[in-house]
Amino acid sequence: MTSGPTTDPRAAAAGTATVPKRRGTELALLGFAVLITLVAQAIVDLTVTGSLTTELATFGLWFTALWAVAHLVVRRWAPYADPLLLPAVALLIGLGLSFIHRLDLAAQQAGSTVSREDAPVQLVWATLGLVLFVGVLLVLRDHRLLSRFAYTLALIGLVLLAIPAVLPASLSEVNGAKIWIRVAGFSIQPGEFAKICLTVFFAAYLVDKRDVLALASRRVIGLELPRGRDLGPVLVAWGLSILVLVFERDLGSSLLLFGIFVVMLYVATERASWLVIGLGLFAGGALIAYQLFGHVQQRVDSWLDPFEYYDGSGFQVAQALFGLGTGGLFGAGLGGGRPDQVPVAKSDFIAAAVGEELGLFGLVAVIIVYLVLVERGLRTSLIVRDAFGKLLAAGLSFAIAWQVFVVLGGVTGLLPLTGLTTPFLAYGGSSLVANFVLVALLVRISDAARRPAAPTGPPKPALGDAPTEVVQT
Amino acid sequence: MTAEIVLQIFRFGFLLLLWLFIFAAFRVVRADLFGGRAGRVASVPPRAAAAGKKKARGGPKTLVVTAGPLTGTKITLSDQPILIGRADDSTLVLTDDFASSRHARLTNRGGQWYVEDLGSTNGTYLDQQRVQGPLLVAPGQPIRIGQTALELRS
Repeated sequence: MTSGPTTDPRAAAAGTATVPKRRGTELALLGFAVLITLVAQAIVDLTVTGSLTTELATFGLWFTALWAVAHLVVRRWAPYADPLLLPAVALLIGLGLSFIHRLDLAAQQAGSTVSREDAPVQLVWATLGLVLFVGVLLVLRDHRLLSRFAYTLALIGLVLLAIPAVLPASLSEVNGAKIWIRVAGFSIQPGEFAKICLTVFFAAYLVDKRDVLALASRRVIGLELPRGRDLGPVLVAWGLSILVLVFERDLGSSLLLFGIFVVMLYVATERASWLVIGLGLFAGGALIAYQLFGHVQQRVDSWLDPFEYYDGSGFQVAQALFGLGTGGLFGAGLGGGRPDQVPVAKSDFIAAAVGEELGLFGLVAVIIVYLVLVERGLRTSLIVRDAFGKLLAAGLSFAIAWQVFVVLGGVTGLLPLTGLTTPFLAYGGSSLVANFVLVALLVRISDAARRPAAPTGPPKPALGDAPTEVVQT
Repeated sequence: MTAEIVLQIFRFGFLLLLWLFIFAAFRVVRADLFGGRAGRVASVPPRAAAAGKKKARGGPKTLVVTAGPLTGTKITLSDQPILIGRADDSTLVLTDDFASSRHARLTNRGGQWYVEDLGSTNGTYLDQQRVQGPLLVAPGQPIRIGQTALELRS
């Protein structure tokens, strides 16, 4: 991507006050999303227990307050932000909470001994996420400031990634994946935060180096290959993701990090050869991993034929497929299915629950909401004027899209299972909080993108002294 | 338990509600794609708006980059002047080493577009002619800035 061609007619209107802020649209859609959430919760309660509980009222008030605060903060501190980002997130979190609540009820009915309710916990995490969202918007008034801390953030990201690998298994291992920090009853997945830190670093790094990466090249069989020495960073990223795979047995994060880096490289240089190189490296890495690690082989086997391994590693996927099959086109209705038949339906396999109870139409609707979120992010990337913002917005949007693709691919049997979470929908505190931060960054960049430029008028005499900061109102 | 018919209403009603949300979201996307210009026309003074309508039939509508790193970029023309240069707040931000921060400006006067050089180092060329004062640009006439070439298209 080259910097700065603004094809948006409104962005061209420097200094006019006619750029719509569209906060009203955002409020209306947020209200709609909250309404859908409350309806979903009410239907779940009515269908499963036959009566409405007072908890619904508490939940409704809390959830409404959450988004009211988010809206007011955006209205005050990012008035030109994209109007669709928040409503899409609100709907996804609301649906996620409804399904977690639904699975809580199912567990209670089954008389499970572990009758811990996860929905309230998730709501608390969402509140914490919102606090961070507000914090990011308040502290970070200009996203370009982030590029100054690029190397610091890279270090933080790497440390976060490395901590679970270093910690003893008792503190870092859950279900065979060493990706957690478990302290005093809390478990945090630092990889989720590392994802954001590293995306920021990639963006800043590539803005610096993209000319070299894009221009110096040799042409081999129709493909412009970069010089050997420019391959360095992509090799480092590849090695890093392989290390994550080896030490933490985490296929998902490794795939996510490498994917983000390769795509950002492609976006920065506009050269398809990076994608080819990335795919090649990935294929090589995957092949080696398959040969070396038993758990990777297991995943691939149960992907190729989940029913053959029904009694073992294929059980989860097979149950998810049964669920999706039961759901059919229109689903069993909220509360009408048995989504609790799938192991860990609340987190990794929440998409299976959605597919079973809302059917193909419901699941596609959810995917379209993700699509809207990603589209707004990429659109932000197109209209924002600075190269760093462009790359960061593209990288963050791609991270969401990639995660959704990999998780849904895993649940529906298209791809081998990886340990990624469905952003916003799935139960999991770290993922939710980290994704709130991610959305805060997108909101901040989209505010800068849609904000009309300060009136320029005739060129100023001292161009070198012209302020480069966006004037805050 | 709740009656079967109610469950069916819930089942399909909820899906309908979900898709209504998506419909609403798509309307916003659509308004963003096509609605922006309408808002702008309304904001210009009536006389200019009328003139704008008249010339809109024959006059150029887009500025297209035909050579250089930004090849293929299109900018929809309005009544606003278009600033070209390396500065971040230009309408068309060039990444061309031969371009100045504020290189040239395209202005609309009565439906005609004029190109002006803003004191650039390497100059702006209309066809082969170096731009000194404002020059009238005809659609299809190449404007050269460094390695970049632009033209107006109707």
